[in-house]
Formats: sequence, structure tokens, C-alpha cells
Amino acid sequence: MNLVVFLPLFVPFFTGIIGLLLWGKPQAQRVVSLLGGIGLTLVGANLLLTVIQQGIQVTYIGDWVAPFGITLVADLLSAIMVFVAGMMTLSTVIYAIVTLDAPRERNGFHVLLHFMLFGVIGAFLTGDIFNLFVWYEVMLISSFVLLVMGGERAQLEGGIKYVTLNLIASALFLSAVGILYGVVGTLNMAHLAILVPQVEQQGLITTLAILFLFAFGIKSALFPVFFWLPASYHTPPIAVTVIFSALLTKVGIYSLIRVFTLIFTTDTAFTHTVLLIIAALTMILGVLGAVAQFEMRRLLSFHIISQIGYLLMGLALFTPLSLAATVFFLVHVIFAKSALFLVGGIIHHMTGTYDLKKLGGFYRVSPVLSVLFFIPAMSLAGIPPLSGFWAKYALVRAGLENNQPWIVAAALGVSILTMFSMTKIWAEAFLKEADDGKLRENVPALQSIPAALRLPMLAPIIVLAVLMVVMGVAAEPFFALSLQTAEQLLSRTEYVQAVLGVQL
Amino acid sequence: MAQSEITQADSQSPLMAWAMRGGIGWVLSILPLSLTLYFASLLPTITSGTVLRVSYTWIPSLGVDFAFIVDGLSLTFVLLVLGIGTLVVLYAGGYMAGDRQIGRFYLYLFLFMGAMVGLVLADNLITLFVFWELTSISSYLLIGYKHAYYSSRSSALQALLITGAGGLALLAGLVLLGIAAETQTISELGSRHELIVNSGLYAPILILVLIGAFTKSAQFPFQFWLPGAMAAPTPVSAYLHSATMVKAGVFLLARLNPALGDTPAWQITLTVFGAITMALGAYLAVSQTDLKRILAFTTVSSLGTLVMLIGIGGEHGIVAMMVFLIVHSLYKGCLFMVAGNIDHETGSRDVSILSGLRREMPITFGAAALAALSMAGLPPLLGFVGKELIYESTLDARFAAAAVTTVAVASNILMIVAAGMVAVRPFLPTGTTRHSTPRHPHEPPISMWLGPAVLATLSAVFGLFVVQVMQPIVTQGAAAILGEAVEVKLKLLPTSITGYFLLSVLTIALGIVSYLYARPALMQAGKATRGALEDGFVNGFTDLVNNTQAFARWITRALQSGYLRRYVLITIGAVVSVASAALLTRADLSAIRLFDTPLFLWETATILVILAGVALVLRARSRLTAIAGLGTVGFGITLIFFFFGAPDLVMTQFSVETLSVLLFILILYRLPIFTTISHRYSRLRDGIVAGLAGLLMTMITLLTIAGEELKPLTPFYAEASYVEARGRNVVNVILVDFRGIDTMGEITVLGIASLGIYLLLTLRLAPADGQAEAEDSTGKEQL
Repeated sequence: MNLVVFLPLFVPFFTGIIGLLLWGKPQAQRVVSLLGGIGLTLVGANLLLTVIQQGIQVTYIGDWVAPFGITLVADLLSAIMVFVAGMMTLSTVIYAIVTLDAPRERNGFHVLLHFMLFGVIGAFLTGDIFNLFVWYEVMLISSFVLLVMGGERAQLEGGIKYVTLNLIASALFLSAVGILYGVVGTLNMAHLAILVPQVEQQGLITTLAILFLFAFGIKSALFPVFFWLPASYHTPPIAVTVIFSALLTKVGIYSLIRVFTLIFTTDTAFTHTVLLIIAALTMILGVLGAVAQFEMRRLLSFHIISQIGYLLMGLALFTPLSLAATVFFLVHVIFAKSALFLVGGIIHHMTGTYDLKKLGGFYRVSPVLSVLFFIPAMSLAGIPPLSGFWAKYALVRAGLENNQPWIVAAALGVSILTMFSMTKIWAEAFLKEADDGKLRENVPALQSIPAALRLPMLAPIIVLAVLMVVMGVAAEPFFALSLQTAEQLLSRTEYVQAVLGVQL
Repeated sequence: MAQSEITQADSQSPLMAWAMRGGIGWVLSILPLSLTLYFASLLPTITSGTVLRVSYTWIPSLGVDFAFIVDGLSLTFVLLVLGIGTLVVLYAGGYMAGDRQIGRFYLYLFLFMGAMVGLVLADNLITLFVFWELTSISSYLLIGYKHAYYSSRSSALQALLITGAGGLALLAGLVLLGIAAETQTISELGSRHELIVNSGLYAPILILVLIGAFTKSAQFPFQFWLPGAMAAPTPVSAYLHSATMVKAGVFLLARLNPALGDTPAWQITLTVFGAITMALGAYLAVSQTDLKRILAFTTVSSLGTLVMLIGIGGEHGIVAMMVFLIVHSLYKGCLFMVAGNIDHETGSRDVSILSGLRREMPITFGAAALAALSMAGLPPLLGFVGKELIYESTLDARFAAAAVTTVAVASNILMIVAAGMVAVRPFLPTGTTRHSTPRHPHEPPISMWLGPAVLATLSAVFGLFVVQVMQPIVTQGAAAILGEAVEVKLKLLPTSITGYFLLSVLTIALGIVSYLYARPALMQAGKATRGALEDGFVNGFTDLVNNTQAFARWITRALQSGYLRRYVLITIGAVVSVASAALLTRADLSAIRLFDTPLFLWETATILVILAGVALVLRARSRLTAIAGLGTVGFGITLIFFFFGAPDLVMTQFSVETLSVLLFILILYRLPIFTTISHRYSRLRDGIVAGLAGLLMTMITLLTIAGEELKPLTPFYAEASYVEARGRNVVNVILVDFRGIDTMGEITVLGIASLGIYLLLTLRLAPADGQAEAEDSTGKEQL
């Protein structure tokens, strides 16, 4: 048993169980949840460092060797995702402790959060495609409960759409896994990587790849199957939205990267062209959705979709540079998106609204909040020297080197619309004063929040903003790691070797 | 004053009060001043022909170096940026005195200055682009500085969108250029001119780079954002128009001239667009009455001149461009500050009511007069030298020399009129009675007249000592732009009567005549065409933005309709269509063998039962019937499991089916009355999509069983179950041991589900204030 790989899975599960045992003791639950978040971040960091230093880490659950039992595999991509998930959990826990309403916190928010992370981490670490389905179910049910807990009307309506469309994804996923097993006879992903190219009926494999594309695509909120996301993400408390936006769609895109680099690489002319078209449409329609919004959370929710399009673009182009761009972008967008939602949450905390028409004046009243919004907003819009710029640049370069000018044009066009909708929030919530040029009255300052709450509310955003600047100004180590990740994904040999002990 | 609302000072420390009165400008100007002096100290080195380079690795995995180069071109620009920057910082201290947000103002101003310095010094395409974007962002912050005003915010956004969009085109262009030239180092591009031009990427590179440069430098048809950018405080306008931002595009063209220039496409495009911009700007300038607006349009015209000169190229064109660049920076910086002084002191910028300020503001008047003479191109000011060189190069142009020269002469005549309007009219007494201005004017504090005075004096000194001061740096600048050493001879006055000297004389004469007699006509003409030439572009842009938003709203409403049934339809439809495309084009459907194995009677019967169940559900008029139908389908599937020897599945499926039917019946009476709300056609459509989905899955399944069966794991499970895992039932061993963690995960799912049910039943919160009120019960997600 390789504890380095196992611990990130164990920590959230254990935290969830302890949380359940402490039902009705909110203070104790908070402490446990916080410790769980710290613990996950630490074991995640440990995993990432180990993978960087010693290569891919594998553990066989129950000591049944691959491909017979279930294998946990941590390659660079998995390890990065696990570490980032840990960081985001910790941020969410801190933020939730200070902002979440008492009934929700008392009724198991922390427990559900960690159970959801159990599913998320499981999805990042598993080397078995059916086991991945199980983690998806853990994730789906806990996220559904998080989404609807509180039972507000809007929450329930969003929740129904969320769960219905995600169950379609589950059904699709399960059918696809079943058929794949029927064709290849194995579920271990490394083993699939070896066997799938040997299947005679390659056309069938391509069709299955499309089924997987949609199964994961619904989870990732791709065009035209993203409806559940804008229908639901604005309904729960912001702490829930933050962790959803940071991780849920990213598990989908992670799974797409996994199967479309490891397993379904035999007919890239078809599959990756489909991916490229969907990438373009996803980024365009996502950003148009954002342009149409005037409510901060809805606007940001549509941006999640748009950014997923960029992530998919890197996968679809399928070169080391483009995949590296996707990996870098993935981390960047998790940071940027979370920070923006968190700022939105603070504004809502102070004013009670997300409606841009009703907001204004924060630029004058609160320079700190302005900076904390401006950095992630500009980073998301791809302005140098912030993290988002290098992500965008690498994608543009990869697209042009690959002779795909149309996807590059789409990416750049979407980029200006992203800028447009970011400046909309900036102009409306921050710059705007009263209509006649007079100053708005009663704009709350950060000082209106009690000092004991203010720092924990701001701390996660500050850390994320600093990270975005660091990833931009000192991008080299981050991008070098992304390139290494991309090469590991594309070569596949290291993965197969680590899991099965044989050459590809 | 525009900022008056933000300036009500409350009690402050004496230091703060001093800083807010303008003292801060003196202190802060030390920084750009010392940098100016540092770079000035490099002049001897650079003018001797040396080029300084420094490079640090930045992001080697992306091939990006933090590389800088000091040559004649970049040094000229740096000195303009920092030198005028010093004066602007000082000037702003006086102009913005009392502004409570002065700290932010200086932050943005220094960010802008730093970005500009980085931009002109960059020796790596991507480093250059990083600074390029930073100038866009910092100018956005500066233009929108008076953020309480809608007009200010929208002008800032307009500038940002146009320069931002141009920036993105430029990014693509620079990346392509890097690919074509196989290097990102700018100073290496010149030697790869042939490679770039013949790479097949030249046309896209050229178009993209030109979009970037034209948007930034306000060339036709993007010229309209620049007058809008006047919303910025005047010190910013002075800086933006004279030495920074808008010169960035010109700089880029000059910088890339060795790499991209010297082709007909380059020459024609630059010359034509430059000439159009030059004429349009000059024409629109003379019909304005707002001082800043007049100046803004003359900037447009001058930028056009610069671009045109790069297009004309050759030694003449480039030397003229270098000289005129300096000419324009000096007089434009000066005149904007003069406009600011007039505005600051009188409260008005309207030239039709300002007059006779000479008496109250003598120093400002002196500076304005000198700058205007330079702008008009009169000797012995530097502007005269510039104008001579411009005519020399247009006469020498490789194509359409006559046309280009005519346009240049006409534009210059109008520029003389504009110069008079800015620097003569407000200061000299007019015949009629003097209008009263909102404030009684007097000379502003030293911080505000020092800048214009210095710049005006430099216009004169540089003109008088053109050989000593200008010639060395212009020589090196031209060499950098041309990519080869040149010998430049500048002179203030011509030694013989040449064609271009005669043109200068003609221009000046016609200019003065026009100023005296043709102004009403020009004003009239400008007003008549304003709708098309001035507002037309702005409106066109606004329409574009509005239409984009309207389109966004429309398409988002169409897609994100709020109806779950539509979401489900689209989702299934998408899966079916793309997967079918894969199946039909990639798979070999002939492999499917339908009637290979004989169909037994009981199998046929079961299938018929299932189909009957489906029919029952579809035709159901009550929930009970529907549930009975679904149950029939479920039990039919149980039978299939039974026939194919899966007893554990039979047990499971049987329990699940029984339970679901029972649960359904239990909740049945809590539900509203069963009604058919969907239309016939929509049911037909749904039926088709569902049927296609079923057909697709059937085809896939048939293909699967048609292929050879790989079972690499089965022998291991059969063998190891008993021997190693100590279990007789292989399925059970797989569930709880080989794949035990699957089961654990599913048990967790059940646990969380029960927790969820408990919470749904017990935890009912009223919607928090202002939260998520948008969705109503009809299922409409409002936008």
C-alpha cells in the first residue's frame, strides 16, 4: 500500500465520517473540517512533490494487482489536481465558516463538502474506468445535496435540473463503460491503453469515444450540454458555488483529458476534430451567455463554460504545447474563478445583492476589494503579466503552430468578450456612482464587516490573487511542470509502465 | 471642475494637505527625471553607433526572454516618454491639486509610464506584447479616472475594447511572426526579412500587425476612440497624445520595419491609411470648438503623417518620420498642458468664448505661441525642419507622389489653422466684446507652466541647433528603423531654393490666409459632415457593441430557455447526432449479424411483453397505468437476465423493480392530477429523438456482440476467487474484494442520499434577501 497515493483519498473520507459522528456540535465540526482541509492540502502537496521527484505513484487497493483489482494512480496531472483541490477545499472551509448561515452549517455542510471531495479526489486518482463512475456518483449525490440543502424554491428548481441532466450523463457513462468492457474485457485504464488499439472494430471504439465525450462533456458543461450549470450555480450560498466552480466541471475536463490521451487516441482525426469544434462553440456560447447577464453569479457561471472551451481546445489540438497550456489554464482558471466568486460573495455579504444594476461605488470606498477583484478579472481576461495571459498565449501559439487559425480566432474573439464582461462588473459594481455623477450614498466599506470575520473572508482571495500574479510574473516553473505533465500524458509509456509493469 | 465632487477634503495631516495641494508632483517627478538623466547619459554611446542589449531568461519553456535593446529608435522614444513624463507628473501635481484619489492617479500614471518604457525597449516579441497590453490597461484606468461619470467610463471602455481587440490581433500576428522568422528576438528579425516575406505567412502577419498598430495609433478607420479618450484628466491627455499610448503603434511599425517593410503591400497600405488619417484628422480638427477636441484631432492627423512616412520609407521618409515624431511630441505635450491651464483657470475650453488671455496668462501664452509656431512649421522652430523633410519625402514617394504631396499640403494648411485656433484665438483680443468665463483667469502655479514652457523652449532650441542636437540621434534612429547605417544631414534653412521649400512657403501663406478668412467655411463644412465623419464611427462602434449584446441575449435565451424538457431533448439529441455520425462514417455496420442465433419462443415472448409495457406507458392516461407499464418493462428485463444465466442480477433487478413500483404507488396520491400538457408535435418530436437514441444504442450493442470477445480478466477471477480470496461466489468476491472500493463508494452514495433526504425534509429556509429570486414556478430562468 502506497500511503502517499492513498492518503488524499482517505483524508476527506475520514473527515466526513468524523464530522458525522460530531453531528449537532457545529464548533467541533468546524475544527474537524478545517483540519481536514489543511490535511488534504498537505497530503496533496506531499503527493505532488513525490510524483515530481519519483515519477508516477501507484497503489493497488487490497493488493490485487492491475488489471485485476482497482488501482489508484497519481501521475503529474492527477497530483496537480489533487493538490489544487486541497487548496480550494481549505479556502472554501475558511470562507464558509465565516459566511455560511448557521442552519446550513449545523446541518452537515462540512460533512457533505468532505464527502464530495472524497468523490473528487477518487476521480482524480483512480486508474479504473468503472471506479471512476463510482466516484462520479459520490460526487453527484453529495453535490446535489449541497446544492439543494436549505430547500429554497430556487435551489430546488436548480437542483432538479442539475440532477436530471447529470443522471443522463451517468446513464451514458455507465452504458459506455459496459460496452467498452464488452468489447475489450478490461476496466483498468492502463490496460485499456494497451488493448483498445488492438480491437478490430475501430469504428465502434470511435463511437464509444463519442459516448464518453458526452458523458464527461455534460459534467464539464460543454456546448450543447451545459444547461445544468447556469440553471443551478447561482442558487446555493456562495461557498457552495465556489467549490462547485473550482472542482466539478474540472473533474469532467480531467476525465476527458485522461481518456482522450490514454485510451481514445486511435482515431484523433475524428475524435479530436469533434473536440475542437465543441471547444470553439463552448467558449463562444459561454461568453455570449456571460455578456447577456447582469447578475454577478450568473455572469460568472457562464464564464465557467466559456473557459472550459479553452481547456478543451488545448486537448483537441493534441500537441505537447497545447496540452501544457490546458494544464496551466486549468490551475489558473480554478484560482481566477474562485477568487471572483469569493469577491462576489463579499459584495453580497455587505449589500445583500448580486445585481449589478443595484451595486456601485466600491472602487471609491474599498480599494482593497477593488484590487482583489481587478487582478483575477484581468487574469481571466488574459491580460499580462497575469497567469491567464500565458495560458492564452500558449494556446494561441499551439493553435497557430498547428495551422488551426479558426480556433485561434475564436479564442481571441472570446477573449475580448471576456474582457468586456469583466469590465462590466468592474464598471457597474466598482466604478459606477449615482447616475448624475453624484456619489452614491451608503456604500458599505470592508470595515463594516467585523474584523474577526474580515481577515478570514479576504485571506483566501489574497492568496489566490498573489498566486495569479506569481504564476504570471514567474511563470517558468509552473509552465515547465505543465509541459512535463503534457509530455507524460502524450507518451503514455510511463503511465502504463507504472501500473502494469510492461511496455506499451 | 469635473472632479469637484470627489475633492471635498476632510481633516488631513499637514503633509497630506501639502501633497494634495500639488507638492506631491515635485517629489514624484524626481523618479522619471533621474531615469531621463540616466538614459540621456547613454546618448554619447548610442549616437556613436553602439547598440546596447540586455536579456534575461524569463519563460524558457515558452521561448520568452525578458530582453531589451537600446538603439537610436528606442532611446529617442524612452527620452520622450520619460522626459515628457517628468513634466506631466509635475504638471499633474498642480492640475489635480485637491483630488482625494491622487494616489491612485499617480499609481496608474507610473504604471503607464513603466509600461511604455518597457514597450519601446523590448527586444522580444512577447515581452513587447506584455507591455503593449499593460499600456492598454493602464490607459483604461486613466481615461476612466473620473469614474463617477458615465461618459468617462464608456470612453475608457471604448478605448479598451478597440485597443484590446487590436492587441489580440497583434498577439496572433506576433506569434505568427515568431513562427515565420524562427525567432522571437526583435533585433534578429531584420536579417530574416526574406524568410518572413517568403514564408507564406507574410499576408496574415501583415494584416494582424497592422490591425494592432492602427487601433493603437488611432488610424483610419479606428481613429474615433482617441477624441473620446479626452475624458481623461488633461495631464493624461497631454501624455497620451504626445509621447505615449498612441505613439506605440507608430513605434511598432518603425520597430518592425526591417522585418516586414520594403514590400509593396507594406508601403501602399501604410501610405494610403496614413494619408487618409492625416487628412481626416486635420479636416475634423478645424471644425471643433473645444480646445481639447481640436488638439485630439490634430493628434490623429499627426499620427497619420507618421504612419504615412513609414510607408513612404526610404531614407527620406524615415528621417522625416523621426524628426516629425520629436516635433509632434514637443508641441503636442505643450499645447495640451496649455489647454489644461486655460481650462483650469477659466473653467472653459470653448475657443468661441475664450479671448484675450495674453494679459492674464503671459507665460502660458508664450509657450503656446512657440508650440503653435512649431506646429504650423515656421522657422526657426523644429516644426519647420519637420515639414521640409515631410515634403521632401512625399515628393520622393515611390508611388502617387503627386497625390500624397497634395494631401500633405492640404493637411498642413489645416494644421496651421488649427494651431491658430488653439494658440492665437484664446490669447489675443478679438474685435468683439469679451465673453466672461466661469472663473476669473490668472497665471497658474509654476508646476503648471513649467512643463509647457520647457517643451516650447525645446521646440525652439532643437530647431536652432538641429545639427548638433537632432542629427546624431536621428541618424541612429533612422538606422534602427531602416536596418542599415545611414548618413543624415539635417539643416534648419535650405541652402538653395528647392521644390519642397517652395511648398513650405505656399503652405504657410495659404495657412495664414485660411486662418484669417476661411475658418467659418471650414467650420460650416465640418459641421455638415460631422454626422458621417465624426459621429458615424462612434455610432457604428456603439451599434456593434449593442448588437453583440442583443445577439448574446437572444441566443442565450434561446439556449438557456429554462425548460428542463428542452434541455433533456437537446442533450439527447446532441449525443445521438454526434455518435451516429461516428457510427455511420467510422464503423463497419456490415459486421452486424441480426439473425445468427435462433430466437427461442420465450425470448420472443419476453420481448413482446417489454414492448407492450412501453406501449402502455406511452398511451397511459393515468399515473397508475404508466407505473404498471414501467413495471412490466422492468420485470421483462428481469426475465432476460434469467434466460442468460445471471441469477444474482435477477434477484437485484426483481427487488429494485418491486420497490420502485411500490414507492411510486405510495407517492402517487400526493401528486397533482395527471394532465397532458405537451403538444402532439412536440410529443412526436420527442418520440423521434428517443427512438433514434434507442436505435443508436441497439446498433452499438449489436456491433459489440458481433466482434470477437476479449476476456483477459476472467481466468484470473475464476482462479483467484477461491484460492486467494477465499470466496466461492466469483461475483460476490469481485464486489467485495477485487473491486471492493467500488462497493464502498456506492454505499457512501446511499449514505449521503439518505442524509440528503433527511435535509430536504427537515431544512426549509426562506430565501435570503435578494438571493435567487429570479426563477419562477413556470420554469423560466429569467435573464
